[in-house]
Amino acid sequence: MSFLTRTEGAHATAPGRRGPGRLSVAAAVAFMTLAACYMLLPVYWLLVSATKSQSDLVSTPGLLPARWHLGDNLTALFEQQGGVFGRWLLNSLLYAGVGAAIATLLAAAAGYALAKYTFTGREALFSVILGGVLVPATALALPLFLLFAEVDATNTFWSVFLPSVVSPFGVYLSRVFAAASVPDEVVEAARMDGAGELRIFWGIALRMMSPALVTVFLFQFVVIWNNFLLPLVMLQDDTLYPVTLGLFTWQSQTSRLPELQTLTIVGALVSVVPIVLTFLMLQRYWRAGLTAGAVKS
Amino acid sequence: MTSTAAPPGTRRRYPRRALAPYAFLAPFLIPFVLFTLVPVGYAFWQSLHRTERVGGTFGSTHSVFAGFEQYAGVVREPFFADSVVRVGLFALVQIPVMLLFALALALLLDSAVARLKRFFRLVYFVPYGIPGVVAALMWAFLYDPRLSPVVELLGSAGVQADLLGADAILFSIGNVVTWTYTGYNMLILYAALQAVPADIGEAARVDGAGDWTIALRIKLPLIRPALVLTGVFSIIGTFQLFTEPQVFRSISTSVTSTYTPNLAAYSLASGDNYSEAAALSVLLAAVTFLLSFAFLHFTSRRQG
Repeated sequence: MSFLTRTEGAHATAPGRRGPGRLSVAAAVAFMTLAACYMLLPVYWLLVSATKSQSDLVSTPGLLPARWHLGDNLTALFEQQGGVFGRWLLNSLLYAGVGAAIATLLAAAAGYALAKYTFTGREALFSVILGGVLVPATALALPLFLLFAEVDATNTFWSVFLPSVVSPFGVYLSRVFAAASVPDEVVEAARMDGAGELRIFWGIALRMMSPALVTVFLFQFVVIWNNFLLPLVMLQDDTLYPVTLGLFTWQSQTSRLPELQTLTIVGALVSVVPIVLTFLMLQRYWRAGLTAGAVKS
Repeated sequence: MTSTAAPPGTRRRYPRRALAPYAFLAPFLIPFVLFTLVPVGYAFWQSLHRTERVGGTFGSTHSVFAGFEQYAGVVREPFFADSVVRVGLFALVQIPVMLLFALALALLLDSAVARLKRFFRLVYFVPYGIPGVVAALMWAFLYDPRLSPVVELLGSAGVQADLLGADAILFSIGNVVTWTYTGYNMLILYAALQAVPADIGEAARVDGAGDWTIALRIKLPLIRPALVLTGVFSIIGTFQLFTEPQVFRSISTSVTSTYTPNLAAYSLASGDNYSEAAALSVLLAAVTFLLSFAFLHFTSRRQG
């Protein structure tokens, strides 16, 4: 993790040596600016379009603002179908927020056990869990549906929530971080003082691992938030939808009901704001997590 | 400080300590088994069976062992070859484009010529923070001839673009995927570049190597494992392609219900054809595993 905190200038030319030519700086900055425009264009379009009325959306140039209509759009958004959009946001928060929190706790305990204890079958078990890292959420959605259909549990909150508390990648990260950040000496000292195993984990190890656990939480949060296929196959009742699935159903009706276009656009904006803010605020954590995944392999 | 190593036999004298790791693992392992291993196993079991329904709505259904009949059936369907070839072509074009783009950005961010590095790094990562469905929705609007500023601009330049037509739609989907994941891949590559000791580049510079030489001949070989990693993740993602084509189905008739293997599996499942859907899912998972395994084998051999 330490190389992440290294300063930007680590590779810069040492003083006294000839710096890069002005032309190559200009070319580099031009290319990077173009790339930045490409990345931001859809976001900019979304911001502008969210402030337009349905008629302006169709009739005015897409990249230019028109009459300010954001307030009315927001009101319409939260009033549509008896306020179902607020329900979707709440559902997403429950699926992704609570799901990721539980997943993090389970992964932390498992990773701690794999890092700090020697026991029979440890490496074999770890290999199986690593195998789970390689199975993408999309690949599991249909098998999960088939299983839940067998016990008549599809179209329930739990059918989407329960599978999301499993994060093999979180266990992998937790193991790496527990090995690095919880010294054996501390665990031994606590044992000498008569602390039980659970108390050592809960009171000491968990605290030492906490920066890493933010990473685990964020990653699982994004995985759950992005898992589209699972709620799509599981849920028919639209009061159980996460916000992504809700927006998708609105968008797929726009050819019949064009007024849903505005609502989909404003809804997309509202659904993105919290996640982008969280990402920006917790930047250094997810960067550390990405790096751990990349470097270890 | 005293020695931390426990004397031999200590564990036997503390049975609770010997049980502790299992107690810590159980809360994870139980849902892991239930919601990862069991579904895969169940899907495999179901793929080997054929469902026969007897009677009306409440009539009993029972499974008949059918061996690999479902697999043979799925593979023989015309959509199977079509969808596999389609994602294969997609992988051949989109993955190199995206990874070259990500690599170029990572090398630039790591080089001495770039400016405003923190700002650019943040901007490039913004798309990854946007949920895949929302990204696909945004681009769907940007492609939609009724709303699209892109089509509008091209039209004023005299180009009649149909970004949702049969010829263009695969590229349009490729663009969404590239937009979403370039920043993510860039960050993995950038992290690997940051791990390259600065003095290696310095030494090369003293020997007279230019920026290009250092980037291509020294840094690139050193971050090869990270490149392989991004490549394999991209291949896995491509074979699982679902969200973008599914979102585009509502605005383009060019995307059929069996456009990608995953879309086909979803269609089979929603048509209550569970056994074939299971067979297709298992086939897809097997491909994913084979690719991942090949990757692990490849990298461990290189390190060993």
